[in-house]
Amino acid sequence: METRSAPEPNRARVASSLPARAGLGFKSAHFSDIEASAPGIGFFEIHAENYMGAGGPPHAQLTRLRRDFPLSIHGVGLSIGGAGRLDRDHLRRVKSVVERYEPAAFSEHLAWSTQGARFLNDLLPLPYNAATLAHVAAHVDEIQAALGRPILLENPAAYLRFRSSDYSEIEFLREIVRRAGCRLLLDVTNAYVSATNLGFSAEDYIDAFPMLYVEEIHLAGYAEDSDEIGDPLLIDAHCAPIQKEVWRLYDRALARRGPVATLIEWDNEIPPWPLLSAQAARAERFLKKRPLASEDRAESEALHDDVG
Amino acid sequence: MTMSADFDQGAFVRALLDPELPAPNGIDARHGFPPERRFAVYRNNVCVGLVDALAERFPICRQLVGDEFFRAMARCYVREFLPRTPMLFEYGDGFATFVSKFEPARELPYLADVAWLEYAVGQAYHAEDAAPLPMDAIRALPPDRLADATAVLHPSAHVITSKYPIVSIWRRHMSDEDLSPLELDHGEEALVVRPQLAVNVAALPIGGSAFVRALEDGRTFGTAMDAATRLVAEFDLTGCLQALLVAKVFLSISVTPERQNASRRGPLDHSGA
Repeated sequence: METRSAPEPNRARVASSLPARAGLGFKSAHFSDIEASAPGIGFFEIHAENYMGAGGPPHAQLTRLRRDFPLSIHGVGLSIGGAGRLDRDHLRRVKSVVERYEPAAFSEHLAWSTQGARFLNDLLPLPYNAATLAHVAAHVDEIQAALGRPILLENPAAYLRFRSSDYSEIEFLREIVRRAGCRLLLDVTNAYVSATNLGFSAEDYIDAFPMLYVEEIHLAGYAEDSDEIGDPLLIDAHCAPIQKEVWRLYDRALARRGPVATLIEWDNEIPPWPLLSAQAARAERFLKKRPLASEDRAESEALHDDVG
Repeated sequence: MTMSADFDQGAFVRALLDPELPAPNGIDARHGFPPERRFAVYRNNVCVGLVDALAERFPICRQLVGDEFFRAMARCYVREFLPRTPMLFEYGDGFATFVSKFEPARELPYLADVAWLEYAVGQAYHAEDAAPLPMDAIRALPPDRLADATAVLHPSAHVITSKYPIVSIWRRHMSDEDLSPLELDHGEEALVVRPQLAVNVAALPIGGSAFVRALEDGRTFGTAMDAATRLVAEFDLTGCLQALLVAKVFLSISVTPERQNASRRGPLDHSGA
């Protein structure tokens, strides 16, 4: 991890040194497969909260993994969108995991998961307005100051919307990036799930996403349900192969962004290793057929951001 | 710092946790119809995620009562006790106590003690690493000095006392081999320790957990032996030492005066009801 003493703007720092390759969420059930096959996986991602114990197999496995692969650490418990102040004890724990493993990137969610002293174990939604904007930007600032590096903030999967939202999600994310100098993690599945559930165009969302700041992409399989009037209700379940609609949107995002670190998330009903690694191989094929990022587009977007 | 008053996360959480309540104010589905089914996704995520975490944490309890019963029981626990930190491996510290008072589980009086054992196994899994004392070093100890020696135990070590044969129950369900009816007419004392990466669960002779607790408190082997024999006159010291050595519970043994107020984390201080 980079160390620095000068309080230079986060904007100038590197948020991610992950390779522009496909990565997988690490599951201990796959540890022996990974050790045996030394697979061509671009990177592994872990949830910070699973590595906050004092010792034991989790740290032994992660130490080994970190030696052989680039690592991305993904937080699920900082509750950046929480109404109260950040849990400083938890931030210290995150910091200690990040310092110990020096990951190529650290990411968290535009969501909340803690209320008072209760952890709800889900990524809950917040309205997008001036009050929440100031609040979230301050939380991102505080986390980045503690970790000494910019973080990647992930767009959530939405099942409903708030009447008190005054910003679109993209306007909101863009503004957080501008104020806090963080970067973004684009979850393409979340974009598709939210678009279907809330009735907007997923293509428009991808086309408008501040792609210049995207340093990682997430892909996952969703589950299908329907609501009380029979409208589709998609659920970000992380329990299935990635559907073709998501691959299509992913390709659309890559056309704008160029190749970028892409994680396959499969956290529930964990598949056998060959099935999971085949998903990563598929993402690699999308990455390989894309040229490097279009600098022209990136620069014009940056210009647009600076004047906007 | 608080958010705008029109977003009350407390009300959101109350509605999340109580399915009898309507969805909170201020939210919409896409079509103007009630957003109940959509809000239910969050309700379901919270509950199912935590029930799954308990099912993973207490697999033998789940086998003992079956998946349906376990999940219903776990749902009751989740409604009453949410995690206090985002570290889910700590979740379930009150589960054994909850199970011991859970009326529908009365027919399985040993269930709560098995939950204690599984909780200890989970704690040991995440406990601090430490290298156990090699057998050679133990053999080199002068046997006549052992009574005056004290020990430092592995930080993952826990003992659990039960009126029921919890180690036998645990083993049967881990191996799926011996499915002969189990006699419930005797208690067992369990030692849980993770000397390297694998968690060991061993049965100690009766009185063994008192012996281990005394050592944890910095008492000498001699004093620990007295503590055990006060409970069980025919305490099997040799068998107990043998079990502790095989399980690799010792970090060091030293022939020094008793430590006062040992600062090591104590073993799980629980006696079955």
